[in-house]
Amino acid sequence: MEEQDKILHEVTSQEYKFGFVSDFESESIPKGLNEDVIRLISAKKNEPEFMLQFRLDAYRKWLKMPMPDWAYLKIPPIDFQEIIYYSAPKKKPQYESLDEVDPDLIETFNKLGIPLEEQKVLAGVAVDAVIDSVSVKTTFKETLAEKGVIFCSFSEAVKEHPDLVKKYLGMSVPTSDNFFAALNSAVFSDGSFCYIPKGVRCPMELSTYFRINAAGTGQFERTLIVAEDESYVSYLEGCTAPMRDENQLHAAVVEIIAMDRAEVKYSTVQNWYPGNKEGKGGVYNFVTKRGICRGESSKISWTQVETGSAITWKYPSVIMMGDNSVGEFNSVAVTNNHQQADTGTKMIHIGKNTKSTIVSKGISAGLSDNSYRGLVKVLPGAVNARNFSQCDSLLLGSTCGAHTFPYIEVGNKSSIVEHEATTSKIGEDQIFYCNQRGISTEDAIGMIVNGYAKEVLNKLPMEFAVEAQKLLAISLEGSVG
Amino acid sequence: MLTIKNLRVAIEGKEILKGINLEIKAGEVHAIMGPNGSGKSTLGNVLAGKEEYEILEGEILYEGEDLLELSAEDRARKGLFLGFQYPVEIPGVPMVNFIKTSVNEHRKFKGLEPLTAGEFLKLMREKKELVHLDSQLTNRSVNEGFSGGEKKKNEIFQMAMLEPKLAILDETDSGLDIDALRIVSDGVNALKHPERSTIVITHYQRLLEYIVPDHVHVLYQGKIVKSAGKELALELEEKGYDWLKTHSL
Repeated sequence: MEEQDKILHEVTSQEYKFGFVSDFESESIPKGLNEDVIRLISAKKNEPEFMLQFRLDAYRKWLKMPMPDWAYLKIPPIDFQEIIYYSAPKKKPQYESLDEVDPDLIETFNKLGIPLEEQKVLAGVAVDAVIDSVSVKTTFKETLAEKGVIFCSFSEAVKEHPDLVKKYLGMSVPTSDNFFAALNSAVFSDGSFCYIPKGVRCPMELSTYFRINAAGTGQFERTLIVAEDESYVSYLEGCTAPMRDENQLHAAVVEIIAMDRAEVKYSTVQNWYPGNKEGKGGVYNFVTKRGICRGESSKISWTQVETGSAITWKYPSVIMMGDNSVGEFNSVAVTNNHQQADTGTKMIHIGKNTKSTIVSKGISAGLSDNSYRGLVKVLPGAVNARNFSQCDSLLLGSTCGAHTFPYIEVGNKSSIVEHEATTSKIGEDQIFYCNQRGISTEDAIGMIVNGYAKEVLNKLPMEFAVEAQKLLAISLEGSVG
Repeated sequence: MLTIKNLRVAIEGKEILKGINLEIKAGEVHAIMGPNGSGKSTLGNVLAGKEEYEILEGEILYEGEDLLELSAEDRARKGLFLGFQYPVEIPGVPMVNFIKTSVNEHRKFKGLEPLTAGEFLKLMREKKELVHLDSQLTNRSVNEGFSGGEKKKNEIFQMAMLEPKLAILDETDSGLDIDALRIVSDGVNALKHPERSTIVITHYQRLLEYIVPDHVHVLYQGKIVKSAGKELALELEEKGYDWLKTHSL
């Protein structure tokens, strides 16, 4: 444990080398949504005509769509006319010093080993110094530019690389895909754009992992990652620090496109504010993430650790179009108190000899509900397709729920689809055994849960894995009495 | 070391221990024998701090301190060790991580620095030899897929790692063949120390041929009905527990 603490400290005390800052407008527009609002958003961002058309097209489709109700979630009614769709993302300091901040939040920061200066920014305390170093950012961009890698904010990409954006935007998540994707397409404020040219192995792990700047990413985020032939990129998104946000509704879209023999690894650690112990507040997170293996022998893998949000609705998926392409989904989803999560994946096999793997580890505690929902679809032309799914549920206590909804559709006879599922419970006997060896109940739960989730955590990049381990333990604190 | 006075314990409203008195001095080995259901394991669990029991009456002093006031983990850190009758499996947690955490928690409690990786590995190698524990076992998940004998050896290995002051061995002999029994007993005997006391809970006299007790107590229907020297174990073996029924009435 000590060794990990050390690594954690090193990781968290360093500056965020890989971050970039977007230029945000500081004004906002009136609440509500109509075509004028969308025109205004597009105009404020000085977007070219194709972007406006993309947004309007999405909006018109969205108007005709009902809010999805098939998930195992109780979603309170959302008034979409009460939301401000374009607002100043820069938060004004709410406090003069850390002493004024909720002590629980500070304690969590300390447990995660987040440096004091960062704590201030996260909690909304006024800071004097600019933490991000402009020179670090520049060096980073130069290194990438040498390789021809484009990594910038979405707004910047629309300005600097409109042809690329036009070509790939909506390729894997069309505007009509679903209610929340359509809404996002209509109003998204910003996000990230990443382009790896042919034959380039991205020299560093790309990350929007900038806790400091994350406050400005907004509630409708858009990410587009394009990997050309024979390229490789590992992309990290998210944040282990608890993120509070005044916006309750979040609807992000992430699109990945992998061409011939390209590989994209996408890792997320997500810890949005889940609401308090009584289930008040908390973020509703409705995310559409999809990758498309367009090229032959391409590979897309999703790895996610989900601990936050009051409601999570999220199914990172892979469409395997190219022959011999590979899709992977590795997930740990933790729910505690009143949290609800309906999460899983879709693996769509179109090309020949396509392979997919699903490893889902659900952990439920408190009064929460945790559902895995997964579709494995093998089209008639996807001869010799293979899928292996493993869906495990771990329960803490007897007041939580774990549910599994696997859907399997196989359209040919040469494909093999396997599904395994287990449900287990952290027993009092296990806890007592640990106690008897001098290990406290909280540490014991942390150890058992991390052991259970190890298979997925091992897929995360090192710095993420260590933080994610801590995060799992913290998320479950007080869940076994 | 340990003083138990008039201990009465119930579980789910049913009284299991009905007034236990016991005094254990440093360096002594006590055997607690008795038929199934007499309350032997309950006594071990209560001493270790398992929560499901209700203490109706009595007190337990451990090194002069009120044991019942301490949490299970603090009892462990203060040197009380329970060798489990049925060691629990913890999937996904490698034994080596588990015992390292355990050792370092004990050290932290004493205000000591955690062991370095080198020190830890050396200690582990040494102690594994003591109980002839297969060196691959510590890389597997805690007790997962261990045979009955390996689980028991693993308990004694942990005891050796933690060097407790008071070790309670609950039916350590059950499920062991004669070779494993000898190895486990040798391990326990090697850990004998003038400052270390041991409570051996057992059903059969067999184990006591290897681990020789200073005192033997017979627990029957929640009470200690007879205490004597090691010869009592032989007498029990010969006459069986039925003998007690008439004896205790």
